[in-house]
Amino acid sequence: MIRFDDVTKEYPGGTVAVNGLSLTIPTGQITALVGPSGCGKTTSLRMINRMIEPTRGLISIDGKGVADLDAATLRRGIGYVIQHAGLFPHRTVLDNVATVPRLLGWDRAKSRAAAQDWMERVGLSADLADRYPSQLSGGQQQRVGVARALAADPPILLMDEPFSAVDPVVRQQLQSELLRLQAELHKTIVFVTHDIDEALLLGNQVAVLRVGGILAQVARPADLLAAPADDFVADFLGHDRGIRALSFVGMPRLPLHPELTLALGEVPPADAPDWMLVVEGGHPLGWVRTAGVQGAVDTSDLNRSGTVASLTASPREVLDAALSSPARRGVLVDDAGEFVGTVRASELATLLEAGQA
Amino acid sequence: MGWLSTHGGDVWTLLLQHVWLAAVPLVIGLLVALPLGWAARRWRAAYPILVTTSGLLYTVPSLALFILMPLILGTRILDPINVVAAMTVYTVALLVRSVADGLGAVPEDVRAAATAMGYRGFRRLLAVDLPLAVPVLTAGLRVAAVSNVSIVSVASLIGVAQLGNLLTDGYNRAINGELITGIVACLLLALAFDWIIRGIGRALTPWTRA
Amino acid sequence: MIPTIWTWLTSAQNWVGSFGIGNRLAQHVGYSLLVVAIAAVIAIPLGLWVGHTGRGRWVVSATNAARAVPTLGLLFALALWVGPHIPGRAAFVVPSVIALVLLAIPPILAGTYAGVEAVDPAARDAAKGLGMTPRQVLARVELPCALPLLWSGLRSAVLQVIATATIAAYIGLGGLGRFLIDGLAQADYAQTAGGAILVCLLALVADGVLALVQRVVVSPGVSGRRRRRRGIILAPGKDMGHGNVAHTTRA
Ligand SMILES: Nc1ncnc2c1ncn2[C@@H]1O[C@H](COP(=O)(O)OP(=O)(O)O)[C@@H](O)[C@H]1O
Ligand SMILES: [Mg+2]
Repeated sequence: MIRFDDVTKEYPGGTVAVNGLSLTIPTGQITALVGPSGCGKTTSLRMINRMIEPTRGLISIDGKGVADLDAATLRRGIGYVIQHAGLFPHRTVLDNVATVPRLLGWDRAKSRAAAQDWMERVGLSADLADRYPSQLSGGQQQRVGVARALAADPPILLMDEPFSAVDPVVRQQLQSELLRLQAELHKTIVFVTHDIDEALLLGNQVAVLRVGGILAQVARPADLLAAPADDFVADFLGHDRGIRALSFVGMPRLPLHPELTLALGEVPPADAPDWMLVVEGGHPLGWVRTAGVQGAVDTSDLNRSGTVASLTASPREVLDAALSSPARRGVLVDDAGEFVGTVRASELATLLEAGQA
Repeated sequence: MGWLSTHGGDVWTLLLQHVWLAAVPLVIGLLVALPLGWAARRWRAAYPILVTTSGLLYTVPSLALFILMPLILGTRILDPINVVAAMTVYTVALLVRSVADGLGAVPEDVRAAATAMGYRGFRRLLAVDLPLAVPVLTAGLRVAAVSNVSIVSVASLIGVAQLGNLLTDGYNRAINGELITGIVACLLLALAFDWIIRGIGRALTPWTRA
Repeated sequence: MIPTIWTWLTSAQNWVGSFGIGNRLAQHVGYSLLVVAIAAVIAIPLGLWVGHTGRGRWVVSATNAARAVPTLGLLFALALWVGPHIPGRAAFVVPSVIALVLLAIPPILAGTYAGVEAVDPAARDAAKGLGMTPRQVLARVELPCALPLLWSGLRSAVLQVIATATIAAYIGLGGLGRFLIDGLAQADYAQTAGGAILVCLLALVADGVLALVQRVVVSPGVSGRRRRRRGIILAPGKDMGHGNVAHTTRA
C-alpha cells in the first residue's frame, strides 16, 4: 500500500503542482491518476520513487516513509515506465530489459534469462532481442519499456502516460495486454493518464486531480460515473456517462431468446421471419433479409452490421449488440464463440431501469 | 600600439590582401558547393560519395596543401593562386555537407505543399528549398570563414603576403608589437567575416526573427 | 618534378638516422598522441560535467569563440613568450605542445558536451527512474550515447594537431614538418613536397584508424549504422561524421 499524507509540492518559482494530496493506493490493484494537463499527475507519481522530493507531507510504502530510503535502492524496487519509453539507444532490446537485474547485481546469465522471460510475457518475440531501440516501432518500444520495468519483478509499477504516444489501435492492444498481465501479476500499479476513458478502463480505482494539484475525487470507475463529486469531475467525465457507466455495472439476468437460423446454401422457408441469422458451424456470420434472398443464401446476402456480445459481456456491449442488429435482436455467444441466443434492448432497458444491475 | 603607429600603411595593405585571399575562396566555394550539395540530396548514392570525399579533402593539412598545389595546378610556388585554390578546396569540403543537410532540413510537408501548388524542379529549389536552407548554410559559411582567416595566415610560410607576415616577421625578429598586431588583426577580421555573414543570413531570413 | 619527389621519398638514406623520415614520422606521431591525450584528459571530463550538470556552458562557448585566434599566431606567441623561460631543448617542445593542446581542446570539449546534451531526456529520466546513481547514469547511459559526437570531436582534434604540429616545425618542433620548413628554407622542393605528401598520408591514415576504432567502440544503436527497417528512414547526417559539430580552425 502506498500512502500520500497531506503531500504538497511547490516548485522553485512558486508553482504549486500538488496541493495537500492525501491518497491511499491499495496493494495489488491499478490506481489511475487522471486529470487535465498540468494538474500535477507526473509530479505526484515521481514523488513516489523520489524523482521529485515533496515540499511537505509524507509518502510511505507499506508503512515505511520513502524519504528514509536510499533513492537508488528504492527505485530499483519500483518499476518505472514513461511516455516515450526512454529506452537506451546504445543497448540492445535484451540488454535494455536486463538493466535493473544487472543494477541489482544479478549475474549476466540470470539477468538475460529474466529479460528473455519478461520479453515473452509482454508479447515481444524473441528475435527482437538483438535489435536496437531505433529499429522498433513505437508500440514495440513501449512493450520493451514495460518489460524493462518488470524485469526484476518489483511489486510496484509506476506508469506515466505510457500509451499516449502510440496510435489508437496499438494503444487498445497495449491496454488489454496490461489488463491480462495484471490479472496474472497483481502488481500495485499507479497509472497516470489524461484520458478519462483509459483511466476508467484500466483503473480499479480512479483518482481525479484538478489543476493546482488538488484531489477532486477518488472512487471506483462505476461510482465515479454514478456520482461525480462536483461539476469539474462531471465535466471531466464528459458525455455519454450513462452509456459508459454500463461498462462497469453487473449484467442482470436477461432472458435469452431462441432464434431460427440458416446455414449458407439453404433456402429460407416460406413462413420465414423478416430477418434470419446465418450460422455456420455454430458461429454467427450475419443476418439476412429473407424477402431479398433469391434461392439459396450466400455470403453476398449477409448484413454484418450487428456486433456480437459474449455471455460475460457488460450491459454496454449487450445493449450495443441489440441496437446494432438490423433485426434489433442482439446476438450472444459463449466462450467458444458459438451462438447461444438473442436479447432485446427493451428487456435490458427495463431491467436496468428497475435497478437490478 | 607603438609599432602599429609607424606601420599602419603596411598593415592595411596586408589586411586587404588577407581579405582577398579569404573571401574569394568563400564565394567560389559556395558556388561550387551549391550544385554538389544539391546533387547529394537529389541522388541517394551521391551523398556518401560526396561526404566521404569532402571529409578526405578536409584531412589534408593546410601547409601541405599549399605546397602541393603547384604540383596539381602547374603554377609557380609563390603564386597566390595556390592559396586561393587550397582555400577553395577547404571551403567546398565544408560547405557540401552544409548545403546537403540544409536542403534536407526543409520539412517534407513544406516541400509537398510547394509541389502541390505547382512549383516544380528548379523554381521550387530557388523559391522554397534554398531560402529555407539558409540558416544551415549560414552556419556552415561562418565556420568556413573563421577557419579560412586563420589558415590563410599560414601562407606566409610559403611567402604569400597577408597578415600572417606580421606573425612570421614579428616572431623572427622578436617584435612583440608586430606579433600582437597580427594576432589581433586576424581575430578582428575573423569576427568581421562572421558578423557580416550572420547579417546577410538574417537579412535573407526575415521569418526567423519573430 | 614528380620523379625527383619520388626519388626523395624512396631513397633509403632519407629514411634512416635521427634526421630521417622514420624518426621524423615517429616524432610526429608521438607528439600528436601526447597532445591529444593531454587534451582529452582535460576536455572529456569537462565536457561530460558541463553536459551532465548543465552548468558552465559558457566554457564551451568561450573555447568555441577562441577558434578565431589564428593558430600560427598562437604558436609564435607561445614560442616567443614561454620558450625563453624553459631551459634546454624543452624550450622548443613545450610551447608547441601547449599550443597544440590549446587547439585540440575546443573540438573535443564541444563534441563531448554536444553528445551529452543530445542524449534523449527520456533515456536519462528512465535511467534515473530505474535506480541508476548519478555516476551510473553518466557512465552507462550518457557517455555511450555521447560517443559518436565525442569521437567526431576527437577526430577533428587529431587532424588539427597533425596539421599544426607540421607548422610547429617553424618554431623548432621535430616531426615531419621539418622536411616542409627546412625544404622551403633551402628551396629544396623535392624535400618540401615529399614531406607534404607524408603529412597528408599520416593524416589520412590517422583519420582512417580512428574511423575503424569508432566502429568498435560506438554501439551500432547510436552510430546510425542501424536504423528502423520499416517505416521512415531517418535523415542522413544524423551520424555526424567528423567536422560537423566540432569545427575549429584548421592549420
Ligand atoms: N521542474 C519544474 N519546475 C517548475 N514547474 C514545474 C516543473 N515540473 C512541472 N512543473 C509545473 O507543475 C505543474 C504540474 O506539472 P505536472 O506534474 O508535470 O503535470 P501533469 O503531469 O499533470 O501534466 C505544471 O503547472 C507544470 O508547469
Ligand atoms: Mg505529465
